Amino acid sequence: MQHLEQELDDLKQKLLSMASKAEAAVNQALQALVERDEDLARTVKEEDRVLDQYEKEIDDLAISLLAKAPLASDLRLITVAMKICHDLERVGDEAKKIAKEASELNLEPPLKPYVDIPRMASLALAMLKQALDAFVNGKTEQALTLIPRDKEVDELYHQLHRELASFMVERPSTISRCLNLMAISKSLERIADHAKNIAEEVVYLKEARDIRHPRLTRGEPAPPAA
Amino acid sequence: MADTILQKITVAGPEAGTSVSDAKPLIEVAGLSLYYSASRALNAINLQIRPRVVTAFIGPSGCGKSTLLRCFNRMNDLIDHVRIEGAVRIGTHDIYSPSVNVIELRKRVGMVFQKSNPFPKSVHENVAYGLRLHGMRNKSELDAVVEQSLRGAALWDEVKDRLHESALGLSGGQQQRLCIARAIAIKPEIILMDEPASALDPLATARIEDLILDLKKDYTIVIVTHNMQQAARISDFTAFFYLGELIEYDTTRRIFTHPAKKQTEDYVTGRFG
Amino acid sequence: MNSPTATVPAQTRDFRGAGFDFASFLFTGLTGLATWLILAILAVILLNILVNGWEGLSWHFVSTIPKKDFFEPETTGVLPMIVGTTIRVFVMTLFVLPVGVITAIYLSEYAAPLSPITRFIRAAVNNLAGVPSIVFGLFGVGFFINFVGKGLDALLPGAGSNWSHPSLIWASLTLAVMTLPVVIVATEESLRAIPPGLREASLALGATQLETVWKIVLPQALPGIMTGGILAVSRAAGEVAPILFTGVAYYMASLPQKLTDQFMDLGYHVYVLSTQSPNIEKTRPILYATVLVLLLLTFALNFLAILIRARMRKKLRALT
Repeated sequence: MQHLEQELDDLKQKLLSMASKAEAAVNQALQALVERDEDLARTVKEEDRVLDQYEKEIDDLAISLLAKAPLASDLRLITVAMKICHDLERVGDEAKKIAKEASELNLEPPLKPYVDIPRMASLALAMLKQALDAFVNGKTEQALTLIPRDKEVDELYHQLHRELASFMVERPSTISRCLNLMAISKSLERIADHAKNIAEEVVYLKEARDIRHPRLTRGEPAPPAA
Repeated sequence: MADTILQKITVAGPEAGTSVSDAKPLIEVAGLSLYYSASRALNAINLQIRPRVVTAFIGPSGCGKSTLLRCFNRMNDLIDHVRIEGAVRIGTHDIYSPSVNVIELRKRVGMVFQKSNPFPKSVHENVAYGLRLHGMRNKSELDAVVEQSLRGAALWDEVKDRLHESALGLSGGQQQRLCIARAIAIKPEIILMDEPASALDPLATARIEDLILDLKKDYTIVIVTHNMQQAARISDFTAFFYLGELIEYDTTRRIFTHPAKKQTEDYVTGRFG
Repeated sequence: MNSPTATVPAQTRDFRGAGFDFASFLFTGLTGLATWLILAILAVILLNILVNGWEGLSWHFVSTIPKKDFFEPETTGVLPMIVGTTIRVFVMTLFVLPVGVITAIYLSEYAAPLSPITRFIRAAVNNLAGVPSIVFGLFGVGFFINFVGKGLDALLPGAGSNWSHPSLIWASLTLAVMTLPVVIVATEESLRAIPPGLREASLALGATQLETVWKIVLPQALPGIMTGGILAVSRAAGEVAPILFTGVAYYMASLPQKLTDQFMDLGYHVYVLSTQSPNIEKTRPILYATVLVLLLLTFALNFLAILIRARMRKKLRALT
């Protein structure tokens, strides 16, 4: 079984590399925003290609592994890997969007010191990191604790929108910059969502429990008596 | 103990997708141990086979899955120095009690073997063999049942023009389907299959698997297989054996997506065995 | 990495040296030589008999009952011997085939392979095969004639039959006992050649062991059983010692009519001709002719049995 184990390990390693690249992309995008660094913003936009490439490679590898008809935990690893890499690719896309908005903001004078955005950002980044740690360590408690925090991010998002909305009404000249910021906060909220998804995948991988959409209940067929 | 077992069955009940009749052939294995002279091949097996589903027995070589299968139609009687402890109940009768007529048992419990073994007779005579054994004489009756059985085994179209030619001229996959037709001709309730497709090429295997999925509407099928993907494809329940013990027995979905026991997980992912 | 289509240098294309393999040549030569040697010996024997016996062979010879002085060419004939030999071979076959086959079936299909009884029976069969023919003759006298025959005479008085005398029936039975091991072994071999899967399939359909043997196993084994028969016939046709005291007569004026009659025999007649003749020069042609007739008869009986076996095999292959 060494060849299959080796390939499964390759899959895991690729996923982890992709994860750290995605994390880095978000970090860099936020840095580009806060420090008004146009070069960094450009780098993030260009490097999204790498994440797209990772997604294709991981999907390819996963399909070829599926053709070998793996079972049980191997099967779950492969399907979860495909889903997580998709989530990570979308995280990369969101980072790219943040960088684009940052580039636009850099063309105009700074609006006000950023407070809420960095707070949302650090929360979202923490969630992402925790989800990826849970994947590496297999600690489902880590994954489970971060899922409710998505609500915090959502609340921050709504709060920020309310503030920006009233800001825009009071100072119409800032409308376009506020819109940029709203877009950025939307991206951050999405990144937190993806982190939550990844956490749910990790729980499925480890415990074969599907905890998505808790409002839907699903009955499992009972085992035969033995 | 029998009562609690039966209770468990009725409590579990039929689930979404399993239309299961509780009354009839249920195979109940209660504390079954089997010894070949001094060595023990099966250790206190407790198991129930539900009617009209496909149950797969998996496990590494020598784990006892074929031995257990052969207990269900008492083919183990043919081996010297075999000793049985415990009971195997089909319906309500312990098939190892002295009053049981083994011939009648084998009418109710048919078997298909790993290496197809058609008689060196014509196709028609192969299928009619069991019917003649049990008294059918009328030619048109025989012809009708032979055709019905060959259709039931998805073989009729291929052999209808060569019914009276030798069965040995058929391909491996066709021979195995002939053996299935021969078995179902006498209308058993249970069909036991001991690695029925292991000697066949992938296309023939796929046809046999398709056939099994059709057959389970009318028969209770227990299949021994060393091909786990096959068990995942066609069975509803799977039992994993190791060294004569029943390690885990559950729905196929659970066994192959998240088994409860590490031993099962290791075997199913190919880490051992 | 070498491409698979790269050319291989010329000198490595020969896989072996150009040396001549003497050992293989020698061995092939020796085995061929042995075969030809056997054929040559057979040819010499047959030719010798053919050449010397041909002149004495005639239709008259094989269809006449000889006078008491059968050493003279004018009064000789071998009809009674032909009849005697043929009948005793047939009667022997009638007894040895069923008994041998049933014994073989028991040993192969019913008996526990390693039980003491099975091993005892097998040992008995093997030992039987090694018993000298003359001992069978004595056995035939002691058991069949003096015991069974006397018993039958006591049980069925009158009616004129006389069982406790040498006769066709006792000679045939003695031969049957002698050739029993051959039939048993040949039958067992052919039963063993039948794959166990066939028996399993039959039993799994609810057949009893008897039904399985009768319907599936035996029909498949028939050619093999016939082989046993052929071997038994071949052996028995030429045997003289077992029939010496159990039924053969020096001279009978008429052909044997019933099983309790004695009979004349080709093999025995050869012995008589060669040892009792007053004029060996005159008798020699008759002697060779008798031997030739015996050989021809044996071949004919074998040929008949082989024909029957071939028909059986064809039927098995064609099947309806």
